[in-house]
Amino acid sequence: MATEISRPTSRRAPRQQIGLIEWLRKNLFSTWYNVIITVVLLYVIVQTVTSFVSWMVTAPGWSAAFTNIKLLLTWTYPVDQLWRPQAAMALVMVLLGLSSGLWGGIVRMVALGAAAISVALGFVAFTFPDLPGQTSLPGWLFMFICAVLLVGGDQLARLVGNKVRWPLIIAWLLAYPAVILILRGGIGLPVVETKLWGGLILTLILAVSGIVLSFPLGVLLALGRRSSLPVIRTFCVLYIELIRGVPLVTVLFMGALLLPLFLPGGESIDALVRAVIAVTLFSAAYLAENVRGGLQSIPKGQVEAARALGLNVVQTTLLITLPQALRAVVPVLVGQFISLFKDTSLVVIIGLVDLLGAAQNIVGQPEWLGTPGGVWRETFLVIAAIYWVFSFTMSRISKRIEDQIARSRH
Amino acid sequence: MSGNGSNEPIIICENVNKWYGNFHALKDVSLRVKRGEVVVICGPSGSGKSTFIRTINRLEEHQEGRIIVDGIEMTNDIRNIDAIRREVGMVFQQFNLFPHLTVLQNITLAPIWVRKKTRKEAEAKAFELLERVGIREQAHKYPGQLSGGQQQRVAIARALAMEPRIMLFDEPTSALDPEMVKEVLDVMKTLARSGMTMLCVTHEMGFAREVSDRIVFMDQGQIVEEGTPDQFFTNPRNERTKLFLSQIL
Repeated sequence: MATEISRPTSRRAPRQQIGLIEWLRKNLFSTWYNVIITVVLLYVIVQTVTSFVSWMVTAPGWSAAFTNIKLLLTWTYPVDQLWRPQAAMALVMVLLGLSSGLWGGIVRMVALGAAAISVALGFVAFTFPDLPGQTSLPGWLFMFICAVLLVGGDQLARLVGNKVRWPLIIAWLLAYPAVILILRGGIGLPVVETKLWGGLILTLILAVSGIVLSFPLGVLLALGRRSSLPVIRTFCVLYIELIRGVPLVTVLFMGALLLPLFLPGGESIDALVRAVIAVTLFSAAYLAENVRGGLQSIPKGQVEAARALGLNVVQTTLLITLPQALRAVVPVLVGQFISLFKDTSLVVIIGLVDLLGAAQNIVGQPEWLGTPGGVWRETFLVIAAIYWVFSFTMSRISKRIEDQIARSRH
Repeated sequence: MSGNGSNEPIIICENVNKWYGNFHALKDVSLRVKRGEVVVICGPSGSGKSTFIRTINRLEEHQEGRIIVDGIEMTNDIRNIDAIRREVGMVFQQFNLFPHLTVLQNITLAPIWVRKKTRKEAEAKAFELLERVGIREQAHKYPGQLSGGQQQRVAIARALAMEPRIMLFDEPTSALDPEMVKEVLDVMKTLARSGMTMLCVTHEMGFAREVSDRIVFMDQGQIVEEGTPDQFFTNPRNERTKLFLSQIL
């Protein structure tokens, strides 16, 4: 039976690495004009970096951002209620920890991302100056508690296993209203009007609300646009094209100024709610187009196979086409969420004070008038760093999700 | 699975007509298939053979004529269509496995969601089927990690998991590398010998000769000739059939 088959032997690939000197000569100093360009650029880079670093070290205005860190993070949220944003965050940490333990994989990546953000935040909050009547925990302690909640939740979920699945899903569905309830008060807690909200908290609430609410709406619009019912399809096309045809600022103005005019009792709608509605409606239209792109990339054979197995239209969409479409557009969706997160800074125009608005206010405080050159450079650099931490974390999560999907396919 | 009326055809097609726009794709196609019969449909490309078997589970809609599958008449009523689809398994040229699900999930999906089986039952059945098609050890891989032949065997297992009474094969080996054709045909042969009613569009004449009870030859949307493999290969009556056979044999 077993005949000997001689197999050809494989050889090692030839070495391709080259030394540093050789690399420099090949890439930077190969011709006389390359030498000139290299030298000039090197000079410019060294000059820029040294002057920037020396400015960073000597800049007089850093204290503006740090003495006002409370304003940047929470704006005029009452000092004696500051434990509430922390409690809200702790709640989210527990849920993230449990989800990480239960589902692992991609969910764990997201939990890690959130942990990274909370560490960054906790670190920033560590520099909270002592405020009279402050009720929040010091930053380092809060950071520690967040970590304990995450790891504890993770371990607990692994221990208990699938039994926590449904309670956890329900808890996630209730998490958003719960966070709003904790922040705003009502039932038992003193009410903190949304007028007082601001800074990073407002930015986060706008972004998270926009993402959480626009996602289902966008998916529905995308499915509607591909519907075989003309009424639904036409409505979705009109909506998407109308919204995509106007800038976000316009939609925000419409939400802020026109909604109260047209809607009965519209002027009583909270300004923050109006902003959330505007951001959601805007983002949903773009999301719909991205999801539609994903849906179109699914081969027809997938639907045929599902239908041939007896799955109905709803099952086919929910189990076969939509999961594949969403996976295909994860990078695009995260990109969109990042830009939504940054676009929320436009709410300054309709009078809400988000992270950017808080920074603008701090820059204008009279106590900094004496500082030569003002403090706006330093302050805006600080908030740029905060925006960057969030955006970069989101983009890393997206990368991990992509890798995970790519690995599961090959 | 009652044995009564076993002489009653399980598939009845009467004067089925279909048009794509003005193109007359199926012209008065009539065919009766008995329980347990293995019918091979062959013919040149564009002759309507794929279109025809796709009308039997309504992946293509026919405009005229009657199609009755296992006593259920195909109408526009979605409940009838779903009832027929539950009884008819289909295997595609391009496999059409669900790439985001593992092999096991591919197979258990429909039994769980359509037949309302428990996960445990469905998985037990799935492992049994994977054993039958010879790739039990691949259960937890994703389709993209398998070879074409393995994927097609998973596709067959996936269709069988619904415990269909009829299996449709739409050129199941046409997209395979030559060395993988045999492993898929072997599975199909075993299935044919187990008494499954099968309708296969294929160019594998060896398979047709060996296991089919009847061969149907289609050309330009019509059934031109049908008969036992013996008749068909040794004594074709129609000129078109003779030409076709001379080109492929």
